[in-house]
Amino acid sequence: MVIAVASGKGGTGKTTIATNLAASVQGRVRYLDCDVEEPNAHIFLKPEHMESETVTLPIPEVDMDKCNLCGICDQICQFSAIALMGDTVMTFPELCHGCRGCMMACPTEAISEAKRELGRLEKGNSGHIEFYHGLLRVGEAMSPPLIEAVKEQVAPGSLNIVDAPPGTSCPVIAAIKDADFLLLVTEPTPFGLNDLKLAVETARLMEIPFGIVINRADVGDGRTTAYAEEENIPVLLEIPDVRKIAEAYSNGTLMVEALPEMKEKFQTLYQDVCQRIG
Amino acid sequence: MKELTIISGKGGTGKTSLTAAFAGLAQNKITVDADVDAADMDLILTPSVRYEEDFKGGHYAVIRQDLCTECGECRERCQYGAISEDFVIDKIDCEGCGVCVYFCPAEAIEFPQRTCGRWYISDTRHGTLVHAKLGIAEENSGLLVSLLRQKAKEIAEQEGLERIIVDGPPGIGCPVIASVTNSNGVLVITEPTLSGIHDMQRVQELAEFLNVPTMLCINKYDLNPGMAEKMQQYAQNRQIKYVGAVPYDRDMTKSMVEQKTLLEYSDGKAATAVRQIWDSVAETVFP
Repeated sequence: MVIAVASGKGGTGKTTIATNLAASVQGRVRYLDCDVEEPNAHIFLKPEHMESETVTLPIPEVDMDKCNLCGICDQICQFSAIALMGDTVMTFPELCHGCRGCMMACPTEAISEAKRELGRLEKGNSGHIEFYHGLLRVGEAMSPPLIEAVKEQVAPGSLNIVDAPPGTSCPVIAAIKDADFLLLVTEPTPFGLNDLKLAVETARLMEIPFGIVINRADVGDGRTTAYAEEENIPVLLEIPDVRKIAEAYSNGTLMVEALPEMKEKFQTLYQDVCQRIG
Repeated sequence: MKELTIISGKGGTGKTSLTAAFAGLAQNKITVDADVDAADMDLILTPSVRYEEDFKGGHYAVIRQDLCTECGECRERCQYGAISEDFVIDKIDCEGCGVCVYFCPAEAIEFPQRTCGRWYISDTRHGTLVHAKLGIAEENSGLLVSLLRQKAKEIAEQEGLERIIVDGPPGIGCPVIASVTNSNGVLVITEPTLSGIHDMQRVQELAEFLNVPTMLCINKYDLNPGMAEKMQQYAQNRQIKYVGAVPYDRDMTKSMVEQKTLLEYSDGKAATAVRQIWDSVAETVFP
C-alpha cells in the first residue's frame, strides 16, 4: 500500500504529517522522501547506517572520428541538447532529457552513452522505518527522474509513505503516481485554500482517492472547511496551531514525541485511510 | 533596470506575503509571480487582466489507431514507459522527445504542440503584474518562468520602469533556476527551523552556483531565536548580506484573509520589520 502526502502550497506540513504518521504506525514502514529538491524528513526521522548511491541520466557523447555530420541527431533532439555547428557536433548536457533519441538515430553509431549526475539516492534505518530519500544535485534542473528512482524503492505488500514535493507539475506527478491514497495537507488561509483546490484537481486528474489534513487549524478563516464540505471531501485530521508543536518542529523533534497524545490521532488517521482504500 | 528575486528553498516561509508588501513599497516597478505551479500573488493584488495568452511548451505524441500496425517499435524505444500495451500514449508520462514519432515505420504518430498553461499581464493597485497558471500535471515550468521574466523586462523597457520584483517558487529545481539566472539579487526568506536552515543552505548554494548575490531575512525569528542567530552567523560566514528578521505576527495571515498587503493592513511589529528589510534590500539591489 502506498500513501502519498502532498499539498499544492509549500510549507503546510507535508513532512510533519508524513513523518509522524510513519512513526505512529506499528509494523514495518518504508518512508520515501520524494521532495528531492528540499528533503527534510531525515531531520525528524534521523535514519542511521546511511548508504548512498549516485543516480544518473544517460546523455550523449559524440565521437567526431565516426561522425559524418549528417545532422540527424540535431533534428531528432527536441531539447536543443545536441547541435550540428559547422564541422562539429556540440552537446549541451544540462538540457538533455535522456531520451536516447540521438544515440538510436545516429547512422554511424558515433554517439555513445555518458552520464549526468542527477543527485543521490540514500537509504538508512530509523527503528521500524526503512528510510529512503533523493537529494537533487544543486544546479540540476530535472527532478522527476530522481524522484522515479526513489519511487522504485516502493516495497510491495508493505506500507509505503511517500513525502511529495509542493506544487502540481511534473515532480508532484512523479511522486504521487500509483499511490493508493493521497493525504492533502493544507492550512486554512487564502493561499492554503487556493493551492488546496489545485491539489484536489491534481488528485482527481490522477484518479487517486484522497482526504484532507488541516494543519494550524485555528489560523486564517473557515473557508477551507466550508470548501471541503461543499466538495464532499473528508477532513481526516486537524492539527491545532500550538506553539509546542511549532517549537518541536523547529528543533527537528517529531510531534508525537513532544505531544505523545497525538500518536493516537495518527493511528486513527492510518486506520481511516486503510478503511477508505478497502 | 534591475531585478530582485525572492526565493526560500522551503515552501511556506512567507515569500508571497513579503513580495506583495515590496510591490506596495517600491516605486517604478513591475511585479512577476514566478511561482507558476501555485500562484498566489493574485489573491493579494487582485489583478484585472489586460492581456493573456496560452503558453505552449514542447509537444506530445499521439498514436493514430487507424494507422498503427502494433509493431512495438515505439514501446521498445520509449525511455519513459509512456506507451501502453494496447498502444495508447499516456499524455502525462510523455516527455515530448519525439523518439516514437521518428522511429514509427507506419508514420502513425502525430506530434501536436502542448498547451501547458496561460500567462497574463494585469493591472493592479500596485502597478503591473505579470503572472501565469501552469496547467495541472504539466511540464516546462522553467520555460514559462523565463517567458514571464522576459515579458516583464519588455514592459519595463517600454514604460521606463527601473525595478522588477520576482516572487519565486519553492525548491531548487527547474523553475527556481529559471527565476534566479541572471537576476541582480536574490533575497532568501527562511524561518528558524532545522528544515529552514537545511533548505536555505541548498538554495543559497544554488544562487552561488548561478553567481547571483544573495541576501537573507528570517521570518518568525522569535519562534526559535537561538536558531535565528545561527542562521545570521551562517550568512556572515558566507558573505551573504543579512537584511533583517520579521517577528511572528498574526497580522501576516489576517492581511492575507483581507486580500491586503501586510503594510496596507497593519502597522504592527511585522509590518515595521518588513519596511526596514525593504529599505535594506532596495539599497543593495536598486541603488
